[in-house]
Amino acid sequence: MKDLKNSQAKVTIDANEAAAYVAHKLSEVIAIYPITPASPMGEWSDEWSMGGKKNIWGTVPDVIELQSEGGAAGTLHGALQTGAISTTFTASQGLLLKMPNLYKIAGELTPAVIHVAARSVATHALSIFGDHSDVMAMRPTGVAMLSSNSVQEAMDMAMIAHAATLESRIPFIHFFDGFRTSHEVQKVVQIPDSVMREMIDDEWVIAHRKRALTPDKPILRGTAQNPDVFFQARETANTYYNECASIVQRAMDRFAKLTGRQYNLFDYVGPKDAERVIVLMGSGAETAHETIEKLNARGEKTGLIKCRLYRPFAMQQFIEALPDTVKAITVLDRTKEPGSTGEPLYNDVIAALHENRLEEWKSFAAEPKVTGGRYGLSSKEFTPPMVSRIFDELKADKPKNHFTIGINDDVTHTSLDVSTNGWDADEDVFEGLFYGLGADGTVSANKNSIKIIGDNTDYFAQGYFVYDSKKSGATTVSHLRFGPKPIRSAYLINKAKFVACHQFQFLDRLDMLEKARPGAIFLLNAPYSHDKVWDNIPRKVQEQIIEKNLKFYAIDAYKVARENGMGNRINTVMQTCFFAISEILPKEKAILLIKDAIKKAYGNKGEKILQSNYAAVDNSVDNLHEINVPKTAGSPIEMRPPVPEEAPEYVQKVIAEIIAGNGDHLPVSAFEPDGTFPTATTQWEKRNIAQEIPVLEPDICIQCGKCMFVCPHAVIRMKAFDGELLEAAPETFKYMDARGREWPDNTKVSIQVSPEDCTGCELCVEVCPAKDRTNVGRKALNMAPIDPLLDQEIENWDFFLTLPEYDRSEIKQETVKGSQFLQPLFEFSGACAGCGETPYIKLITQLYGDRMVIANATGCSSIYGGNLPSTPYTTNSEGLGPAWSNSLFEDNAEFGLGFRVTIDKHTEQARELLSGMNGSLGNGLADEILKADQSTEPGIYEQRLRVARLKEMLQDSDAPNAKMLLSLADYLVRKSVWIFGGDGWAYDIGYGGLDHVLASGRDVNILVMDTEVYSNTGGQCSKATPMGAVAKFAAGGKKVGKKDLGLMSVQGGGAYVARIAMGASDMQTMKAIIEAERYPGPSIIIAYSHCIAHGYNMKYGLNQQKLAVDSGYWPLFRFDPSKVDNNENPFQLDSKAPKIGLKDYAYNEMRYLMLAKSNPKAAKQLMTQAQKEVHENWRVYEQLEKVYEPEE
Amino acid sequence: MNLETTYLGLRLKNPLVPAASPLSSETDNVKKLEDAGASAVVMYSLFQEQINAEMEALDHFLNTPQDSYAEALSYFPEPQQYHNLHAEEYLEQIADLKNAVDIPIIASINGVSEGGWMDYSKKMEEAGADAIELNIYYIAGDPSLTSQEVEQMYINDVKAVKKAVSIPVSVKVGPYFSSFGNMAMRFEEAGADGLVLFNRFYQPDIDLENLEVNPSLELSSPFERRLPLRWIAMLRPHLKGSIAATTGIHTASDVLKMLLVGADVAMMASVLLYSGPGILKHIEKEMVQWMEEKEYSSVEEMKGAMSSASVADPSAFERANYIKILQGFRAEDFR
Repeated sequence: MKDLKNSQAKVTIDANEAAAYVAHKLSEVIAIYPITPASPMGEWSDEWSMGGKKNIWGTVPDVIELQSEGGAAGTLHGALQTGAISTTFTASQGLLLKMPNLYKIAGELTPAVIHVAARSVATHALSIFGDHSDVMAMRPTGVAMLSSNSVQEAMDMAMIAHAATLESRIPFIHFFDGFRTSHEVQKVVQIPDSVMREMIDDEWVIAHRKRALTPDKPILRGTAQNPDVFFQARETANTYYNECASIVQRAMDRFAKLTGRQYNLFDYVGPKDAERVIVLMGSGAETAHETIEKLNARGEKTGLIKCRLYRPFAMQQFIEALPDTVKAITVLDRTKEPGSTGEPLYNDVIAALHENRLEEWKSFAAEPKVTGGRYGLSSKEFTPPMVSRIFDELKADKPKNHFTIGINDDVTHTSLDVSTNGWDADEDVFEGLFYGLGADGTVSANKNSIKIIGDNTDYFAQGYFVYDSKKSGATTVSHLRFGPKPIRSAYLINKAKFVACHQFQFLDRLDMLEKARPGAIFLLNAPYSHDKVWDNIPRKVQEQIIEKNLKFYAIDAYKVARENGMGNRINTVMQTCFFAISEILPKEKAILLIKDAIKKAYGNKGEKILQSNYAAVDNSVDNLHEINVPKTAGSPIEMRPPVPEEAPEYVQKVIAEIIAGNGDHLPVSAFEPDGTFPTATTQWEKRNIAQEIPVLEPDICIQCGKCMFVCPHAVIRMKAFDGELLEAAPETFKYMDARGREWPDNTKVSIQVSPEDCTGCELCVEVCPAKDRTNVGRKALNMAPIDPLLDQEIENWDFFLTLPEYDRSEIKQETVKGSQFLQPLFEFSGACAGCGETPYIKLITQLYGDRMVIANATGCSSIYGGNLPSTPYTTNSEGLGPAWSNSLFEDNAEFGLGFRVTIDKHTEQARELLSGMNGSLGNGLADEILKADQSTEPGIYEQRLRVARLKEMLQDSDAPNAKMLLSLADYLVRKSVWIFGGDGWAYDIGYGGLDHVLASGRDVNILVMDTEVYSNTGGQCSKATPMGAVAKFAAGGKKVGKKDLGLMSVQGGGAYVARIAMGASDMQTMKAIIEAERYPGPSIIIAYSHCIAHGYNMKYGLNQQKLAVDSGYWPLFRFDPSKVDNNENPFQLDSKAPKIGLKDYAYNEMRYLMLAKSNPKAAKQLMTQAQKEVHENWRVYEQLEKVYEPEE
Repeated sequence: MNLETTYLGLRLKNPLVPAASPLSSETDNVKKLEDAGASAVVMYSLFQEQINAEMEALDHFLNTPQDSYAEALSYFPEPQQYHNLHAEEYLEQIADLKNAVDIPIIASINGVSEGGWMDYSKKMEEAGADAIELNIYYIAGDPSLTSQEVEQMYINDVKAVKKAVSIPVSVKVGPYFSSFGNMAMRFEEAGADGLVLFNRFYQPDIDLENLEVNPSLELSSPFERRLPLRWIAMLRPHLKGSIAATTGIHTASDVLKMLLVGADVAMMASVLLYSGPGILKHIEKEMVQWMEEKEYSSVEEMKGAMSSASVADPSAFERANYIKILQGFRAEDFR
């Protein structure tokens, strides 16, 4: 036994990897589907199986991806019923989709483990972060529930769950906190195969197989039962539930003997004579554990019960775990059940104490008081001061019940107020904060540092990483702790000994030194020589450095990186500096270890990369300087306010606080109670993330509009205006005479960039067709460094915004150029720089934004479309703009159909009411409104005016019908319903609904932004993924071709269908969108959307779109059933026969190239097959066009 | 008829050798070439840039978007190892070809500067290549570089590859040197076992519609064979090693001419890409016919029969030749 304990290797991993490691070792079939924060468990499993890693029975588990979590649960159920040892991973909505199967799996007493990275279930808003609302919703299904509180426990409890399920036959949910635990990196002990072998009795496995469905021993399971027997048959399971808890305890005891780590159903921490006890589960228990040790060291008598096996809830064991002396108990739940008698764990504790009074398992000195509280929803911080505050409250005669902690509830006053004083970390714990930019490699470097320290010292190590919600220019904050004792601090660092700012531009925006302890080290990456650094930092930063007596170091990391062939990746440089000055390890040793780590990471990627990294390490130390800190701060540089002063009050009070990182301080009263938020807020969040911006050359520009057309962030705009307005123009404001005969005399055109919103993606420059005839390298748009231009272009942009929008009815909207004179009502989203989806959305808002309502499937487009702090859908000068909502991932087509049905019903009702009162309106207005032609922009404009008149007339009427009509009058103006989503939704999880909506005949417009993978969750394979491309869950290259959603939709017959790619034909894109919107029934547009998950520089996104079409991989077409009525061919193929090979398109992208690099034989074979299919598909399309040709 | 010849010390059944081209990336094509009569095959080139840049691109696109966004900490599965990057794929192809055919396989490596990529010549040898063709492809676009520096770079490359391997090494270069004859001698001194004359540079074109530089590939035309023809004729008497003629060789008569001026083998690519491997059979047949007509009994007998050492008027291959042609120009030549 002792040998086994000693053989346990230490690894530095997060809980997702820890749980997946055990699950993969102990499964035969793994059914997966991506969902944050559980996706990495499936990804690890898939990678390991692809790499041939075997389970403890010596065979490689079969990992299969499904179309939804519901599908994964169905496959899990099927695999279990046929005798496989099976598992799955999920969270949040995914777990909810599995719920029906969980009833079945439990009802049939089938052993299985569902590993859950517990995450908030969407209510008033979606949140990807952690709480227990998902797992708590599973209580009635009959699954057992085992909680892990830390990364080590995620591995250990996974083991215990897999063992206990096989012995007990009750399926287990093994859960840990999403992000806080699932993504926290810790040094943990890995369970060796030998321990797993000892933990699992093969007899259980064989027994499970013996219960399997097989024609060799036929049985029937899943009958339909009647009132006579269902009830009593349901009660047969009781025996198994009665035994489950003791089976789990036995497994825990066996595990303790094998590993030395003892767990119990309920683990009590604290003195035997504690009077105040809190009960909770999850990562918060670790924080409580740490706090209690400190409180008790200060002379208090506090205790904690960590609930591990939550279901079946072993009441007697719970009571026995409590100290006899306990007088007051607080039960903390990380979930909210509105309208309940209390949250679930609280109710269980109340019930247990009640039953103890009947059963007399234990007699307390006095019956303890019990209160319940909510904490930590959506990963809200839960810290030692909060734990301490709860214990303080328990001293009261009548402690507050049903409280909240961690927020300020100024509406219903549930919250306990908390003071944070006096809770610094122990001196022997190193706490470091690192501020970086997503793309600069800070997080990767820190993960690497944790491994270095974890693997090479006796220190315990912890890393947790906070990302903002933007996909471009995102800020990352790394929280690293190292220390001689186990680290139980499941919360962010508040007072650091080391603060590193990897991006100089953060200095005047983020108050990072607020989190520096006195005497801490501050490391800054500054684009200045060391003698100039001090004068170039904001005064507030200078003051903090002086006041806190910080040791201040600086390096020009970008310079060092560039000089050593590392481009913009400063990770190695900053990591070396960290080790050089933090003194966690001796400098020389640290440098050797960094190089060793580099070799491990890059050794297989070639000598040159290795050498660049080594050189960067060596040169970093030479270029790192301690900055001499003067006694006074004299910098004229101020901190920037999060939003400009002119922003509206709500933006100032709420959005600005969230942008500044103070969202935790906003009280309950700051929010609408139903999740409503105003639109048009991205315009106030100036992110300044571009290094270079496009600069216009008006003498070359031909005003074609293409740059605006493709801009993913609506940062480059075009306006036509009267020349007289130029009087107030800034000196450097650029304009041109309007080209074309359609403009009145003296019309000028300006093309202006918003420099603070640009991401620098270069798509506009790439697409620009206008070249200087005498110097063709110079285009009408060229990228230039932003620094010398910033101030003047801010002024120009501000002036540009004051210019009026051109009269929409005077613009040729149906041309590429004309459309770009329309105001985009989707701007400055947080999408990736160069995003291939957002240009389509932006265009649609230009055309229909003032009368559109959007149903958005969960995914990238719901994140850049609706993630706080600021949202991109905006309004025109009349206050009209898109209304937007996200329901779920799976139901979006149906959700949008609901919009349509309402609008149709309300329009019909309004018309009925209006017809009924025609006489009373007198002037024929009703008739005009009812007969109005709204097929054109001017027609709609006129109708708006009429409806405005109508509303004015109805305003003062008390007649019931008039009041009703007033509430519906806006529906008399035509509305445009749009359904947005990606391929994960349209091809996979939402396909059933999409199919139904396409067959509904109702007037909805569906835009499928096809990136060919689940982009938002990190590039997992969907049915849109093409053959031969590598994606997560298709690590060996996708073996089957892309599903032809376009063709399938055409065959339905009743819907308008188009396949578009704006990089190949902007005109065809325009036509398709306009025809789709005009089509009176359902329309679907499948839009090629290049994506960072394709693995190439996004500035070439449009070129790749063109190549996709030229190769015949992505034929452009439009199918308009209404043309049949005019005896025209409804099917029009808009692109030409393949003229380049598929390879010439595909191998520009890493998703294809990777396979050629990792498995060239498979790549060759798949590419040959894919090429064949391209030709076959093209033949089908050509035939189809002929088939639809009307008969003579 | 004895068509045997010796090239780089390899005894070949005839002088018809497919030059470096994409044909050799498919094992089936190489089999077809062998069946059609090819006596050896030069594989497609492994480029220095591919060895270095592909790794960098892979690293860049895998790593840059990582750890930026909470829901997508990466966008690709990370393969356990990249054991098959282009370079290693190439090495596997050598091994595949060696298994599939009996004729010698000459690996081709294409690069300029000294560096790690040269290690691949050793790996090529280990993978079974019978010889290495070092293809030095350098456009001296940097005006600050002197001709001496450029020449030294070439020589260093040859020395480095020779040092790395023990199989024969041929050097394939373009004609653009101030004194090509001298360079040819220096290549031999540096250890080259043979020269391949000449490389064709892919010259970019202009796309008038889009005003863009367009690096499209034009296959060789028969006219281009004149350049190697002259130089082989002039150099044959001075060189001890092998000479391969390449560029513009499309027909049996082209092959014959090259042999007559002193080439040991004639290398073809464009004609094989145009007409397919089967064309080799015709070329061989026509060669034999001509040789029978002219009463040659072997290729060895023909080789160098018309080099500058052998023809009556050696100056015909030098400047006088040029003057003669110009003076002999008549208007009807243009018809």
